[in-house]
Amino acid sequence: MKRQEYSPYEENAKKFQDERMESEIEAVNLARKKASKREWAKYTEKIIHIIFLLLGLITVGCVLLITVYLVISGIPAIREIGLVDFLFGKEWASTASEPKYGILPFILTSIYGTAGAIVIGVPVGFLTAVYLSKLASKKVKSVMQSAVSLLAGIPSVVYGLVGMLVLVPGIRKIFDVPDGASLFAAIIVLAIMILPSIIKMSITALDAVPREYEDASLALGATPIETYFKVSVPAAKSGIAASVVLGVGRAIGEAMAVMMVAGNVPNMPDSLFQSVRFLTTAVSSEMAYSSGLQRQALFSIALVLFLFIMLINATLNFFLKREKE
Amino acid sequence: MSNIITVKDMCLWYGEHQALKNVNIEIPEKSITAFIGPSGCGKSTFLKTLNRMNDLIPGVKITGDIRYEGTDIFGKDVDVNNLRKEIGMVFQKPNPFPMSIYDNIAYGPRTHGITNKMQLDDIVESALRDAAIWDEVKDRLKKNALGMSGGQQQRLCIARALAVQPKILLMDEPTSALDPISTSRIEELVLELKEKYTIVMVTHNMQQAVRVSDYTAFFLLGELVEFSKTDDIFSQPQDKRTEDYITGRFG
Repeated sequence: MKRQEYSPYEENAKKFQDERMESEIEAVNLARKKASKREWAKYTEKIIHIIFLLLGLITVGCVLLITVYLVISGIPAIREIGLVDFLFGKEWASTASEPKYGILPFILTSIYGTAGAIVIGVPVGFLTAVYLSKLASKKVKSVMQSAVSLLAGIPSVVYGLVGMLVLVPGIRKIFDVPDGASLFAAIIVLAIMILPSIIKMSITALDAVPREYEDASLALGATPIETYFKVSVPAAKSGIAASVVLGVGRAIGEAMAVMMVAGNVPNMPDSLFQSVRFLTTAVSSEMAYSSGLQRQALFSIALVLFLFIMLINATLNFFLKREKE
Repeated sequence: MSNIITVKDMCLWYGEHQALKNVNIEIPEKSITAFIGPSGCGKSTFLKTLNRMNDLIPGVKITGDIRYEGTDIFGKDVDVNNLRKEIGMVFQKPNPFPMSIYDNIAYGPRTHGITNKMQLDDIVESALRDAAIWDEVKDRLKKNALGMSGGQQQRLCIARALAVQPKILLMDEPTSALDPISTSRIEELVLELKEKYTIVMVTHNMQQAVRVSDYTAFFLLGELVEFSKTDDIFSQPQDKRTEDYITGRFG
C-alpha cells in the first residue's frame, strides 16, 4: 500500500506539478497556434505579394510583347528596302507599278506637326495653368478646370470632325489656299488636343509648390506675378517639363483627328499649307487593303513611331531624374 | 528712442470673426519687442498685419490706423512691395527657396533691380555675415539650400530677409521648429541684429521673451492686454490676466 504513504504535502506537490504541467502544455499549444498563425500570415503575405507581382508583370509583358512583335514584323521590310532608302526616301508610292517606300515625308510631318503643336499649345497651356493655379478665384478655377477636363474627354474623331467642318474651310478662306486640309490645320487641332494634358499636369505641379515659398518671396517685396514666375514655376519645373513631354507623346501618337484635317496625302511637308500624312495615319490609312511588302512596310513605319515614343519617354525620365538630383 | 511703428485702434476681422480688438501700440526703433500670449490670441495675426501679409488672405478686414515712420501703411500711395522690402519677415518654419544658397540671398536684391554680379556678391556676403552663417556656407554657396540643417536654414532665411536691407524684421516664432542649440544661436543673432534693425518677434516661449526682448506685449483673445518694458512686465505686471499668464496659471 505504497499509496497511503503519500503525505498530504506530496499530494499537493504532485497536484501542483500536474497543474503546472498542464499550464505548460497549454502554453506550448498556444505558442504553437500562434506560430502556425504567424506561419500562415507569412504564407498569405507571400501569396499576395506574388499576385501583385503577376498583375504588375501584365503591363511589362504587354510592352515586351508589342516591342518584340513590332521589331520582328518591322525589320524584314526595312531590310528589303534598305534602311537609308526607307528612312530618307522622299517618295511614298506603295501602290505604284514600281512601288517606292520612302517615309521621310511622314517622319518630317510628324516632327513638324508635333513641334508646331508644342509651339502653340505649350505657352497657352502653361500660362493657363499658372492663371488657374495662382491667380484665378475659386469659382473661375472650378469652372475652367471642369472645362479642361471635358476637353480631355472629347474623342479625337470629334476634334477631327470639327476641324474638318470649321477649321479647314476657315483656313482656305483666310489664307486663300486651294485646300485648307493641311499641316497647319493639323497643328492647330493637335495644339488644342494637347492642352488638357499640359494644363492639368502643370496645375498639379504648381499647386504642389509649398505656400511658404511664395510667402517668403512676397515678404521680400516681390510682386505676386514675380513670385509666381521666379519661385513657383521654377519649383514646379520638373512637373511642367513632364507635362510638355506628355503633350509631345500625345501629339505624335494622334491618328484619327490629323487624318481628317491634314489631307492625308504623302507629300513632303514643304509648306504649312501642304496636304500631308503623319506616321500614324500612314499606317492606319493603308492597313486595310495592304499586302506583301506594302503591309510589311507599314509595320516598319509603326516600328519607327514606336522608337519615337520610346525616345520621348526616355527624355521624360531623364528630365524627372535630373530634377530629383 | 523714437517709435518706428504706431498703431491706433486697430481691429481685424476674418469674415465674421473678430481676431483683433482695438490694438494700440508703439514699437520703439532698434529694439526687440516680443509678442507673447496663448495660441489663437492674435499675436501672429497682428505681426502679419504690420507688413500687410494679411492682405493675401481672403475675407480679412482691417480698421484703425497703422503708421510706419509716420505714413499710413494702408494709404493709397503706399507701394506694398516697397513696404515689405522695408519690413522684412522671418517665418515659423524655415522656408528657403529650392535654389542654391547664393540665389536664395540674391533673390530679394535681384527682385529690386540689382543685376551687377560684384554688387550681388557683396550683398550676399554681408547678409550671410550679418546672419552669422557666412563661415559655415562660404564654401558651398552654389549648393542647394535645402541640404542645410533646420537651424542653418532659418539663419539663411534671416540672411535672405536682411539682404534687401529692411529697417524692421518681423519674426513669427522663429525658433519653434528648431532644437535648443539652434534656438540659442538664433537668439544670440537676434541680440546682435538689434544694433542695426528693429525686431518684432512672436514667441510661444516666455523665457525667450525674457532672454532677448526689451519690450513685451501680452495678447489675449485678440486684445493687447499689456505692453511695457520686458523687465517690468515680468516683475510687476499691471494687469491680473498678465500676471496669471506669466505665472503659468493658464495658457
